[in-house]
Amino acid sequence: MLKVQGLHVYYDAIRALKGLSFSVAQGEIVTLLGANGAGKTTTLKTISGLLRPRGGSITLAGQALEGVEPHEIVRLGVAHVPEGRKIFSRLTVLENLKIGAYTRAAGSVGEDLEIVFSLFSRLKERRRQIAGTLSGGEQQMLAIGRALMARPKLLLLDEPSMGLAPIIVEQIFATIQAINREGVTILLVEQNAAIALAISQRGYVLETGTVILEGEASALTHNDLVRQAYLGG
Amino acid sequence: MELAFSIFFQVLVDGIVLGFMYALIALGYTMVYGVLEFINFAHSEIFVIGAFVGAEMLLMFEATGALAVLHPALVLLLVLLTGMALSGLAAMGLERIAYRPLRGAPRLVPLISAIGASFFLQDFIRLIESLWRNAFYLTYPTLPVLEKSLKLGAAVEVPLKSILVIATALVMLLGLYLFVNRTKVGIAIRAVAQDPDTASLMGIHVNRIIALTFFVGGAMGGVAGVLFGLQYSLISPYSGFVPGLKAFTAAVLGGIGNIPGAVLGGMVLGLMEAFAASYLSLITNGAFGAEYKDVFAFAVLILILIFRPKGLLGEKVREEGA
Ligand SMILES: Nc1ncnc2c1ncn2[C@@H]1O[C@H](COP(=O)(O)OP(=O)(O)OP(=O)(O)O)[C@@H](O)[C@H]1O
Ligand SMILES: [Mg+2]
Repeated sequence: MLKVQGLHVYYDAIRALKGLSFSVAQGEIVTLLGANGAGKTTTLKTISGLLRPRGGSITLAGQALEGVEPHEIVRLGVAHVPEGRKIFSRLTVLENLKIGAYTRAAGSVGEDLEIVFSLFSRLKERRRQIAGTLSGGEQQMLAIGRALMARPKLLLLDEPSMGLAPIIVEQIFATIQAINREGVTILLVEQNAAIALAISQRGYVLETGTVILEGEASALTHNDLVRQAYLGG
Repeated sequence: MELAFSIFFQVLVDGIVLGFMYALIALGYTMVYGVLEFINFAHSEIFVIGAFVGAEMLLMFEATGALAVLHPALVLLLVLLTGMALSGLAAMGLERIAYRPLRGAPRLVPLISAIGASFFLQDFIRLIESLWRNAFYLTYPTLPVLEKSLKLGAAVEVPLKSILVIATALVMLLGLYLFVNRTKVGIAIRAVAQDPDTASLMGIHVNRIIALTFFVGGAMGGVAGVLFGLQYSLISPYSGFVPGLKAFTAAVLGGIGNIPGAVLGGMVLGLMEAFAASYLSLITNGAFGAEYKDVFAFAVLILILIFRPKGLLGEKVREEGA
């Protein structure tokens, strides 16, 4: 459903993506792996419209996304959970979720809220709390819940495991799988290659803005390069 | 004793009226700062536009005889609503023409544009009024109802004008509170203020929300302009300078970017000013007269800012690294 071809992205003179190509099929979980600075965040930001590519193409179900404004891309069915969660820390949990449903008709918000609360019951208990006072794990749940409120077809997740205890990471990844089973396609960016590959069908390894390795998740797990660089031998 | 109390009460009312006036204007500075981290120095002229729209409408009602026929409440409502709408639109136009093209330029650039817009609007209003009326100082027609007072007991009375300012300001503030806290668009304004990029990922059209913020802040300033004209009668294209500067100060005092802070800051400044004007000479045994009211008010302000540099209710406006 998502096809990225020959993508070139710059920050002024700095080249961040150099002809990056990959694709995500309907219903898949696909992981992008890569060292710090490889261009993973840049890739997600370009898909969701925050950055403009200088070359290449991005298509979602056949429709071109390059040059489309971020607020329009959400309406096309792409939700982005940014690196570092970026919840609105001075709004309440409920307000964060409501703002996630900004593009939705008022009538369906209640139902979507219940879905998010059933995935993350902690958010329901804390719905009147100021979001900035949540723990790191709860903030990540809120960031994912907020993105789900847009009822996306494609969910972009940028390092959901960052800074979280292993037990919370497991919970969050189990939830990501549950979301995927409900029919949401997922493009996942991770440093934690082991857990990411464990829930993915396929993966790509990025280095300095281009794909150096791609394949089935199980094959990547056994690949020597991936083992050395991302799985600790 | 009776006399002392009646004076005290009058000063209190004057201070509250002034405080609400500053608060309404301060909201425009603080809301725009909230979404753009930028001081709209031409906001004082948006306030003046409200004052002139009010004056022109009342003069027109007077000239056509409508003022004598229409119910005064209707007249006031019409004038306030029109002043509000036109100031709001002017603020939106200002953003579109003078600020949006400079988005992303170094911080000083839009600031200079704002100062330029401020001068431009002053002289533009002066030009229009000079062509139209051959004068650019206007006097508000008197509305007989507003000259009355409400007697509270034997010694104290409150002018209806003051009650009008207080009541209108309360309605506006309540409306703004509900709008910003209870509506989807209001929440979007706060989201954009915190992190515009992430707000756009929620499907929020950030530029539209910024334009709306200018409209709402401008509308508050427009209402303040009409109330200013009704209260103090004489207006000129330059009438915005002092109230604008004080309202800006009030916004900083409350914590720039913070909406309740603007109201609190306006009230603190208005009350300090009114009390200093009446009591400074008494307290200092005549050494400092009423003309030192601003010195006193600003001295207190500096003291507050030394101990609370982010203002009374201040907090970090935008998230780190957002
Ligand atoms: N705002 C920016 N301005 C200039 N250069 C940037 C900016 N953001 C990223 N870069 C550069 O672009 C390249 C790719 O960065 P990106 O953030 O996409 O990497 P990443 O793979 O997400 O890394 P990490 O794992 O550390 O999050 C890096 O070399 C980085 O220095
Ligand atoms: Mg990154």
